[in-house]
Amino acid sequence: MKGKRKLVIAAVFLVSLHVAILCAGFVAPYSPTVQNRDFAFAPPTRIHLVDSRGSWHWRPFVYDWEPRPNAIYEYEESRSGRRPVHFFVRGAEYTVAGIFSSNLHLFGVDAPAQLFLVGTDNYGRDQFSRVLYGGQISVAAGLLATLTSLLLGLLIGCVSGFYGGWVDESAMRCVEIFLVLPWLYLLLAVRAFLPLHITPVHAFLLLVGVIGTIGWARPARLVRGIVLSVKTRKYVIASRGFGASDTYILRRHILPETYGVLLTQAALLVPQYIVAEVALSYFGLGLSEPLPSWGNLLASLQQYNVLVSCWWMFAPALALVLISFGYHEVANAFHEQLQSGST
Amino acid sequence: MRYLMRRSFHGVLLLVAVSVLCFLFSDLAPGSFLDEMKLNPQISPQTSTALRAQYGLDQPLAVRYLRWVESVTHGEWGYSFAYNLPVSSLLPIRARNTLALTLAATVLAWAIAIPLGIWSAYRNGRWEDRFTMGATSFLLSVPELVFAIGLLFLAVRTHALPAGGMQSLDAERFGLWQKTVDLGRHLAVPVTALVLASLPILVRHVRASMIEVLDMPFISAARGCGIGEAKLLLTYAFPAAANPLISLFGLSVAGLLSGSLLVEAITGWPGLGPLLLEAAMSRDLYIVIGIVMLSTIFTIAGTLLADVMLVVADPRVRAE
Repeated sequence: MKGKRKLVIAAVFLVSLHVAILCAGFVAPYSPTVQNRDFAFAPPTRIHLVDSRGSWHWRPFVYDWEPRPNAIYEYEESRSGRRPVHFFVRGAEYTVAGIFSSNLHLFGVDAPAQLFLVGTDNYGRDQFSRVLYGGQISVAAGLLATLTSLLLGLLIGCVSGFYGGWVDESAMRCVEIFLVLPWLYLLLAVRAFLPLHITPVHAFLLLVGVIGTIGWARPARLVRGIVLSVKTRKYVIASRGFGASDTYILRRHILPETYGVLLTQAALLVPQYIVAEVALSYFGLGLSEPLPSWGNLLASLQQYNVLVSCWWMFAPALALVLISFGYHEVANAFHEQLQSGST
Repeated sequence: MRYLMRRSFHGVLLLVAVSVLCFLFSDLAPGSFLDEMKLNPQISPQTSTALRAQYGLDQPLAVRYLRWVESVTHGEWGYSFAYNLPVSSLLPIRARNTLALTLAATVLAWAIAIPLGIWSAYRNGRWEDRFTMGATSFLLSVPELVFAIGLLFLAVRTHALPAGGMQSLDAERFGLWQKTVDLGRHLAVPVTALVLASLPILVRHVRASMIEVLDMPFISAARGCGIGEAKLLLTYAFPAAANPLISLFGLSVAGLLSGSLLVEAITGWPGLGPLLLEAAMSRDLYIVIGIVMLSTIFTIAGTLLADVMLVVADPRVRAE
């Protein structure tokens, strides 16, 4: 029972992260592309409960900020106007998942004050909003690439395990090649052979395709193992005796047995693939600007002065850690469930 | 011995397959290094065509592959477009640096993981064990990339360690001892990042296989004979638990190489990683293929080494 509770907690945590990222427009106070050139590299806005006269306010508030005179990238609070933080405010227009649009935001402050939860980047764009919107790209890349890998793996594993013979032999030799190669080297090598200057949409599809096709080997081998063991079970042989076709047996008897392995693999692959996207974009081989992704958000840390003085630019890294933590916990809990279920 | 021969032969076959795959991929992909050159107005179309002929890029795939194989037998491994040098003159020094980094990280990671895993298994279920498990499950979800950037940040911020490179600028004038210290200081950031990233998996495996062994009857028997706990753990239980760990060592080489690629590129360690990135950017075909081949060789060597160690360590395997 304890294991079940763990699984539920981990799954709720993971799902809420995904919902926050999916509804980035609602959770984020600003659009990811709006620039505030006067507030480049602004640190996170301080949120107060006690005002300058020392009295307590139940509603959190921020002060207006203004650039410090004769200094660059330095800002100070002007204690004159108190701007309370409001929830469910009207703001910039956005769409969720391309389906419905709204201008309702979870929180915000009145102009001219601005609430940068985790500071701004070199164009003064709100880093918190960019991390959320970037998450859409990075997580979508991870999920789609995982789907590609699993489908390929399932297909090849099923065919190879079910039909055996030379098909099986050659498929498993291929698996060996793909497993022996350090996958990041392979990823970079395949990326190296593909064109560099392409549109963002092409880059995204390319990235998903490359990452996804490289990872098919492990799921294929696992699925093949399951197919081999299920194929010889008595009920499968019996249904074959009743004249069931190959596709029927694969669909009815074999496919359901692979779900457990596929789910565990998915929970392990998604964070790995998100990291792959982040790594490629970080080095400038993946997605590039206007599109925010966690990788190219982190890429600004390659500049010495940003690395040294703007600690809030690590925000995408924190998001990355949180989401991989969620996936690992789910994978762990799910694995334990499977183990306790089978014994 | 015959087993070793067979394994090596298998490895060579694998390498051939990988190289064929690389060439196939490169042929499928549109464009090449020289196409980027065409965009440069200072290079005339004639020069570009002449270069294509010189590097043999106008030949069909099979011819190019055979020419490459020939150059491998000469020990050249193809020609780099960007450096205008044989690949074999670029790779060894980079490979040495990568090996130095991964070797240091492997030794350190196992040196920490084994005692920690044994201790955690011994205290199974107590708070020490729970703490270790919690810490490892947190570390597990932090990718190498983040470790490397974070440690670089700390190094730069505190000025305690040099960031980037392998030697200080004036390293030429140092004595041998100073040079070693300097190298160690430069190694610290990338090695720590790699160790932190690979530690959790190792600790968990050590713990799991130790727990399994500690449940066995011969441990209870030994304990009943009044053998001390420390001796029990180290000379009775651990050798019995070592088998899966040796296999894990072989399997972890590939992951470690992938990790070190990222860490090298971020911390500026002059290994294979930055070279591969650079080659990927400039589409320097033969360097990419050379590095992929080299990383395959390392992985195969790692698994082979693990198998040999298994034979040495376990009499049961030897008997087979």
